[in-house]
Amino acid sequence: MALGLITLAALIVTVPLFLILATVVVRGLGALNWAFLTQIPKPIGEEGGGMGNAIAGSILLLGYASLIGVPLGIGAGVFLAEYGRNKFGNVVRFTADALNGVPSVVIGMTAWALVVVPQKHFSMLAGSVALGIMMIPVISRTTEEVLLLVPQSIREAALGLGIPKWRTILSVVLRTASAGIVTSIMLAFARIAGESAPLMFTAFGNEFWSMNPNQPVASLPLQIYKYAIQPYEQAHAQAWTAALVLISMIVVTVTFFRFIVGRRAIKGVS
Amino acid sequence: MQTVPEHRPSRNSEVSEEPSAPDTVVTREKLAVVPKNRAAVREKVFADQIFRGLVILCALAVLAIVGLIFFELVNQSHLSISKFGFKFLIKQIWDPVAEDFGALPFIYGTVVSSLLGLIIAVPLSIGTALFLTEICPRRLRAVLSLLVELLAAIPSVIYGLWGIFVLAPFLRVYVQPFLARYFGWTGLFSGPKYGWGMLAAGVIISIMILPIIASITREVITAVPRVQREAALALGATKWEMLRMAVLRNARPGIFGATILGLGRALGETMAVTMVIGNRPEIARSLFAPGYTLASAVANEFTEAVGNTYLSALMEMALVLFVITLIVNALAGLLVWSVTRGMPARALA
Repeated sequence: MALGLITLAALIVTVPLFLILATVVVRGLGALNWAFLTQIPKPIGEEGGGMGNAIAGSILLLGYASLIGVPLGIGAGVFLAEYGRNKFGNVVRFTADALNGVPSVVIGMTAWALVVVPQKHFSMLAGSVALGIMMIPVISRTTEEVLLLVPQSIREAALGLGIPKWRTILSVVLRTASAGIVTSIMLAFARIAGESAPLMFTAFGNEFWSMNPNQPVASLPLQIYKYAIQPYEQAHAQAWTAALVLISMIVVTVTFFRFIVGRRAIKGVS
Repeated sequence: MQTVPEHRPSRNSEVSEEPSAPDTVVTREKLAVVPKNRAAVREKVFADQIFRGLVILCALAVLAIVGLIFFELVNQSHLSISKFGFKFLIKQIWDPVAEDFGALPFIYGTVVSSLLGLIIAVPLSIGTALFLTEICPRRLRAVLSLLVELLAAIPSVIYGLWGIFVLAPFLRVYVQPFLARYFGWTGLFSGPKYGWGMLAAGVIISIMILPIIASITREVITAVPRVQREAALALGATKWEMLRMAVLRNARPGIFGATILGLGRALGETMAVTMVIGNRPEIARSLFAPGYTLASAVANEFTEAVGNTYLSALMEMALVLFVITLIVNALAGLLVWSVTRGMPARALA
C-alpha cells in the first residue's frame, strides 16, 4: 500500500512534464516557419513577423554572459578544489551557494543599479552582467566537484616530473576534467537561457535587430512573456512557438555538448 | 558520489607552495629531478604565486558580488527605509500616487504561495526520491531521473505560459468547483473562480521546486548507510517499515534541508508566479483570490515605477527578499550538510 503510494507519487511527478512539453509542441508548431526564425516582430495586429531578433539577442546575451561567468566561475572552482581546503575556502563555498540561491530578479536589480543607472539607458551589457553573475556559482561549484574527481596520483605524477603547480593544474588537471567542466558550463547555460526576470530592466527588449552591446536587445524568454500577456490570439500563438524554439535550443545545446563530450569521456578517470 | 572523499587532495601544497624557503630550493637542486639554477626555480615559484593569486581573485569576486548586491540594494532603498522605517514591513497600503507604500500584502502573498507549493511538492518529492532509490528497477532509474531533471530545465516563463493557458482554465473548470463544493466551509476555497490566483501560483511553484527537493532528498537518502537498512530488514521489518524506520528517520534533517532549499527557490520564483497569481496587493483568506508576491511586484512594476520613493520601495522589497532567501538557504545548507557530511551538495549528472 505504502509502496504503491510512493510509486504513484513518482508517476504523478512525470505528468506535468509531459503535459507541458506536449502543449508546447502542439501549440508551438502552428506558427513555426522560416519567417518566424528570421524576421523581426510585426506591429500588433498585423499578420506574420517573427522573433529572429530575439533569437539572435538571446544567443548574444549568452555569449557575453559567458565572457563574465566562465572565467570567473572556473577560476573560483579551481580555487575551491586546489587551494580551498581551508576556512577561507569554506567561506567562498558557502557564499557561492548563497549566490546560487539569490532570486534572479534581485540580481537583475543589482545589474540595473550597477550598469543601467550610470549609463542612463538599458543595454545588452547590463543583461549580460546579470546573466554572467548567475553563471558563476553554478560553474564554480560544479567545476570544483569535477576537479575533485581527478585522481590525486595524476597531480602527484605531474608535480613529480618537476612541472610547476600552475602548469599541472592548467595542462593536467583541467584537461583531464575538461568534459566535466564543459558540462558545468552547459548546466549554467541551461539555467540562464530561460531567464527573463533579470532581463526585464537590463536588456529590456527591442523590436528591431540590434547587435550593439550598448543598446537594448530583445531576448526569447522576455518576448514570450510580453506576447503571453497581450490579449491577442496571434500573439499567444507566437509565444507558444517561441517557447518551442527556446526549449529546443536548450535541449539541443545541452545534449549536443553532452554527446560530444561524452564520447571524449573523462580522460584517465574511469 | 561516494567515491569523492577518497580522491580529495590531501594537501599537495607541501610540494610546491613553500619552496620559497631557501633550504627547500637547495634540496631540490641536490635531488636534481630537473636540473635548474636558482633563478629558474624562483621564476617557477613566482609563476605559481601569480596563478594562485589569480584564482584567489576569482574566489574573492564571488564574495564581492554578494557584498555588492547587498550594498546596492541597501543603497538604492535608503529613501524608502528612512521614510517608512520598520512600518514598511507591516503596512497594507500600496499607493503609488500618494507615494505611500507597505509591503505586507506582498510578504503575505510570497509566504502563502510558497507554503502552498511546499505542501504539494514535498510529499511528491519524497515519494519520487524513495521510488528512485529503493523501488525503481535499475533500467528505469536513469530515464526517470532524466525526466525529473528536464522538469528543472524548463524556463520559468514557459511554466507561466502554460499556467495562463492550460493550468488556470483547468483549475477553473474542474478543480475549483470541486474544492468549493466540498471544502468551501473552510473559507479557503470560496469566492469567484478565476482559475488564476493564489492556488494557481501554488501549483505552478510546486511543479517548479519538485526537481530540486527530489534530487537532494535522493542524495540524502543515498547517504544513509546500507548497514542501517540491513539491520532493519534483519530484525524482520517489511520493506516499508525499513524505509520508514531506517531510511526516512536517518535522512530526516536532510529532507528537511531539501524542503527549506525548495522554499528558498519558491520565495524567489518570479516570472511564472507573476503570470498566474493575478497581481493584486490584497490579503484575502480564499486561495481562489488573486495575490501578489515580492518578486512579482518587483518584476511587474519596476520598469514603470515613476518617482524615487516608488523605485526605492521596490528596491526595499528586493532587499527583504534577498535577506529572506539568504537566511533560508543558509539554514538549508546546514541541514543538508548534517546528513551528507560535506559530500558535494549537488549531484553531478
